[in-house]
Amino acid sequence: MPALVNQVDLLTATVEVAGVPVLMRTGDPDFLRTLQDRYPGFLTPGQEAQITFDMEILETNFNEPDADIEVTQNNGRWMLARGDFRAEWDSAKRHCRIAQTRSPYATDSVLRIVHALVQASRGGFLLHAASAVRNQKAFLFAGESGAGKSTISALAPADAILLTDEISYVCKHGDQYRAFGTPFTGELNKPGENISAPVSALYLLAKGSENRIDTMDAAGAVRSLLSNVLFFAKDDELVQALFHSAFEFVQHVPVCRLTFVPDTQVWELIG
Amino acid sequence: MSSLYVSRNPRVAARILDGEMMIMSGRDSSLFTLNRTATILWQSADGVTPLERIVEQRICIEFDVEPAQALQDAETLARELANHDIMQISEEPIPAPGVSR
Repeated sequence: MPALVNQVDLLTATVEVAGVPVLMRTGDPDFLRTLQDRYPGFLTPGQEAQITFDMEILETNFNEPDADIEVTQNNGRWMLARGDFRAEWDSAKRHCRIAQTRSPYATDSVLRIVHALVQASRGGFLLHAASAVRNQKAFLFAGESGAGKSTISALAPADAILLTDEISYVCKHGDQYRAFGTPFTGELNKPGENISAPVSALYLLAKGSENRIDTMDAAGAVRSLLSNVLFFAKDDELVQALFHSAFEFVQHVPVCRLTFVPDTQVWELIG
Repeated sequence: MSSLYVSRNPRVAARILDGEMMIMSGRDSSLFTLNRTATILWQSADGVTPLERIVEQRICIEFDVEPAQALQDAETLARELANHDIMQISEEPIPAPGVSR
């Protein structure tokens, strides 16, 4: 790791997603503004941090900016790497040292990975899914790129509150699952609202010629869920945790296939 | 013919749901769904029972198949699962993790 910022007066922003405040410290005032612009609805100044990021800003990439994320673990220390960042996450100390470019996408990635690792031990997970709250209930819409996450989000009626059109955040509280808003955006380029609600259903998206909901058997639901959960690491413990979390989730939340045509009437089927 | 022993890889995640055994490999997060025969083999793979006996006492009884053919199929299946790193096979009994030979 390159040397980290070593200034007395570090600048800070606290970014709270899913009730987990992350204190981000940087010596770079321009980058602090980038963070403040990136996470406007998720800034909670003064909130006591559960996690600390110490961030050094680099002017060049480490290597190919489009290289895949690599995440490895050794004795509780996780090494995270992509072309535009290197990070070391100490899960015991809840501390992450990050060397990254000015790109907020690098910060997004580190934030997602750290949150996913934290939630993995709590029965929660991050999911390739849009999500929205309607009538105090959260609905998840999962699918890979092109499945219609942003489309279904854009079609949402006025009384639906968007949590995200790209990466949903699911936490377990007892036997209940809650979906939280995230700042992680897809094609809509619109951050979610920083609220949460109990998850009422998970829909696996498929575009078709009619609006239809089909039930899924439990094994199919687990398979589909796991194919959309964010896995970052080839790590036995992490994989086992997420695997069992998926089974638990399917036993508590209905999982259905939602075939839809791109019109607002699809929302009449939801909720 | 020497006996073959099979053992579940303790590093994988496995769970049965609606009669379907699902297994996820920690190596590459691949998800496997086992059919009925593979599920019996998986559940019986304790590392100390010879494959021949598993076939004779579990698979042949369950499926009413000819033992020699069933053993050949079971060996093929076991090697396939081993290739995916979700099962271990050996010509000697496989001790449980933490147990020395």
